[in-house]
Amino acid sequence: MSLLEVRDLSVTFTRSGSEPVHAVDGVSFDVAAGQSVGIVGESGSGKSVTSLAVMGLLPSRGVRVGGTVMLDGNELTDMDQRALRDVRGRDVAMIFQDPMTSLNPVVTIGRQLTEVLIRHAGLAKGAAKAEAEQLLRRVGIPDPVRRLGEYPHQLSGGMRQRVMIAIAIACRPKLLIADEPTTALDVTIQAQILDLLRTLVAESGCGMIMITHDLGVVAGLCDDVHVMYSGRIVESAGTKDLFARPSHPYTDGLLQSIPRIDDEDPDAVLHTIPGSARDTVAWERGCAFQPRCSRAVAECLAGPPAMAELGTPLVPHPVRCLRPVGDDVVLHEGNVAR
Amino acid sequence: MSVETTDATTATATTPSRPPASLGREALRRLVRNPMAVVGMVLIGVFVLVAIFAPLIAPYSPTDNSWLDQVRPGQYPGPSAEHWLGIDPLGRDVFSRIIFGARQSLLIGVVALALGAIAGIALGVLAGAFGGWVDTLVMRFVDIMLSVPGLLFAIAVAAMLGQSLTSVMIAIAVVNVPIFARLLRGEMLGQRGADYVLAARSLGISRSAIVFRHVLPNSFTPVIVQGTLTLALAIVEAAGLAFLGLSSSNPSTPEWGRMLTDAQETLTSAPMLAVYPGLAIVLAALGFTLVGESLREALDPKFRR
Amino acid sequence: MSLLEVRDLEVHFPIRSGTLFQRTVGAVKAVDGVDLDIEAGTTFGLVGESGCGKSTLGRAIMRLTEPTKGSVTLDGQDILALSERKMRAVRRQFQMVFQDPMASLDPRQSVESMLTEPLRAHKFPGGSAAHAKRVRELLDVVGLPESVVNRYPHEFSGGQRQRLGIARALALNPSLIIADEPVSALDVSIQAQVINLLKELQERFSLTYVVIAHDLAVVRHISKTVAVMYLGGIVEQAPAADLYRQPLHPYTRALMSAVPVPDPNVEETRSRILLQGDLPSPANPPAGCRFHTRCPWKQATRCDTERPALRELPLVAPGHKVACHYAEDILSGTLTPHEVRPEEVAMTPAADEPGSIETTEAHVAGGLTPGGPPGAR
Repeated sequence: MSLLEVRDLSVTFTRSGSEPVHAVDGVSFDVAAGQSVGIVGESGSGKSVTSLAVMGLLPSRGVRVGGTVMLDGNELTDMDQRALRDVRGRDVAMIFQDPMTSLNPVVTIGRQLTEVLIRHAGLAKGAAKAEAEQLLRRVGIPDPVRRLGEYPHQLSGGMRQRVMIAIAIACRPKLLIADEPTTALDVTIQAQILDLLRTLVAESGCGMIMITHDLGVVAGLCDDVHVMYSGRIVESAGTKDLFARPSHPYTDGLLQSIPRIDDEDPDAVLHTIPGSARDTVAWERGCAFQPRCSRAVAECLAGPPAMAELGTPLVPHPVRCLRPVGDDVVLHEGNVAR
Repeated sequence: MSVETTDATTATATTPSRPPASLGREALRRLVRNPMAVVGMVLIGVFVLVAIFAPLIAPYSPTDNSWLDQVRPGQYPGPSAEHWLGIDPLGRDVFSRIIFGARQSLLIGVVALALGAIAGIALGVLAGAFGGWVDTLVMRFVDIMLSVPGLLFAIAVAAMLGQSLTSVMIAIAVVNVPIFARLLRGEMLGQRGADYVLAARSLGISRSAIVFRHVLPNSFTPVIVQGTLTLALAIVEAAGLAFLGLSSSNPSTPEWGRMLTDAQETLTSAPMLAVYPGLAIVLAALGFTLVGESLREALDPKFRR
Repeated sequence: MSLLEVRDLEVHFPIRSGTLFQRTVGAVKAVDGVDLDIEAGTTFGLVGESGCGKSTLGRAIMRLTEPTKGSVTLDGQDILALSERKMRAVRRQFQMVFQDPMASLDPRQSVESMLTEPLRAHKFPGGSAAHAKRVRELLDVVGLPESVVNRYPHEFSGGQRQRLGIARALALNPSLIIADEPVSALDVSIQAQVINLLKELQERFSLTYVVIAHDLAVVRHISKTVAVMYLGGIVEQAPAADLYRQPLHPYTRALMSAVPVPDPNVEETRSRILLQGDLPSPANPPAGCRFHTRCPWKQATRCDTERPALRELPLVAPGHKVACHYAEDILSGTLTPHEVRPEEVAMTPAADEPGSIETTEAHVAGGLTPGGPPGAR
């Protein structure tokens, strides 16, 4: 059994006076212990909302959450707020994009760390302090004793993210959710943090969900990838499989449009996906990517496309597309966003 | 190939309604959807209409004391069919005086606000546009103005210029100058560092054009909000000054603040005489406050979806 | 002759203290002695991480930030010597494209007003009819339909806003465009569109670009020459192909190895140089080579005492300039990388003592890669 099982998760934002917005729709995925799973998408794809829904962090007003989230056999979606609070921090921990806003600016690093340890791990004050020191050391912060007495603004961005990670792993969670953890950081610092996360997962055997827009990050870190577009998963596969055989036209277009540092011909015109994420179709009416898709045909607007299995039962590779890339060679001309 | 879609129908397929053209209209839409703002606007509307059409609404003249004969010491006729709010100790119709009082309040509020805002905005633009030593000089001056307690200052002005409506207006205006100056200057300094100002500079747009066409319009939102709130304060301040006897020298002028003072003497025998003008002040001020606060919310980008 | 020549440019921001009587207690050396020569019709890429001074350099070239020292010569004219009025007239020759297209467009200005403003300011001939025609022309050039003239910035998507920013920059037919992170605020699928547009416009109007970016892959795709900045100075400069094939400066090597490649097979096999610690404060840069505190190739002599000049290596790599005393030895493999202890970076003046030995041991004990041999992945 998997560590985390998400089945048919949906999140709908309802606002009085306007149509409900389906931010996430029918999302299912598994995370096994010791496994890193990437959820990739652009802004508005619903990737962050998915992670918040798994954590139970969405506000109850104006939001409808459907589907089930099972962590280690326990149903999270039925839990009341109090039970959920215990799960968060103890069993599931989250790392956010901006460590400055997720740390309390007027409380020392030491207190923020020990608070978690005392509350969730039930440690005594002295033991919590010693453990906090160990944790800072573990995430690669030099001179942890002095750092414990400092405030977030005294640390650099990379250091703050390390502190966030220390807080997240404080209670040895079974699942770590990292939401764009390196987007605000420079590349050399990003490399440090990704290396740290990789090591932590390998050593502790926890599962990790990596939410990112950067396919490069996924390539170096994740075992499985789910690509989201407009609130639904459009393609899921093992990382190597996905990069070797991108099958949804969106995944394929995205991979081709990213300039690479090791490109053979940097002078070539970059492949582009026309239009923007605003040019979309409601999934109930057809494929949301249809207006931007170069492979689209009339049937694409004949209702919601189902997941087609391109892999094997042992190595699944489902794709939400009627005409996945590589299925044929005939390219449909002229259906470019108008 | 550039094929980004701009067709309105596809571009907004996800949002049910087409976005309105300007930020101002969108703010207005948010404003009318807020029940708090609607209540405020109704209150202001009633207040302004009453002030304008006072002679048509009031059944009698506010200075007409023909009912003096109905008044006995310690006994003042309460509400009746002819006199909805009764008669005051000097034999005048209270309802008519409340109605005409709205005129005075609105006049003082608007004039005081206009004077204070114009002077404050001028100082704020000066400081915010030039920065440097001009800013330091203007702001020190404003700081000195701020350090004098408002009420004390108003009393001093009234004492210097003599007891008149003009001195009340000037006094209230002067108190509001530093508020507007600081607000606008701070906002302008913040906007000056914005990328679009940098873009305008790199295009070779002249400094005055940048200030008046870009920085000022984008800094004005909080000033509008403050203006609405200041109107509320000005009404209360005007009443306060009138209560202290610092208003118009003619004691028979209908004024809510003065009515409160007069009602003090008969507080035990006719407490309602104090309640009516008090209620009028509260409702008028509340109207402006509600609209001001809702405006702040409607215009604040943080409240945008 | 070069279109743009920058000599020994310095931008130091004074650090002041005291409220009433301010005195200067130091300076943030954002740009500290930079020389540039940019040929007409080419793209010059400027890469570096945040805090390296690349954006300040771009603004100083445009005189949006006043340099404290040095000269900027555009088309033979020393622009730092110009009065404010003359400067305004010269501005039509070079324009800027900004990172955040929302912030760089006035939210209260319609497309029409935004695009005619520079035309009016510079008295573009032909009056309002010609201006209206020019606006339509500009929209067409950046791939937006004419129908958007009465719209406001908030009605557009990020990519469309950036197109508007580019249209505005093109309004006065400039010869040089400085683009500061032109695509980094955009979604991945939109970035390629804007990069392609910039390239297409360059060919069409023979524009010269200075592209400032932190994304090395983006810069590679668009630049002929690339310079790498670190702590206010250029550490390496070379034709793009050479730089990416054979980076010579240790910092460039680390930077390139840190960029994730969207290919799991490449990610698995390539070696990665993990830099230790953070960028030192530009208010108090290290003596000698600015990179020596984090350099895996640091030597006992010269590195911490003598600031290396940007020099060409005519024998090993013609046209390739690098600011490293030991570039030849590193290239030939005579020098090998060693372990680096993360240097404490002082975020507060009080915290500047270096990390203790104890910490390093703890790293190794913790089994974490910081402190592990670089390049060994």
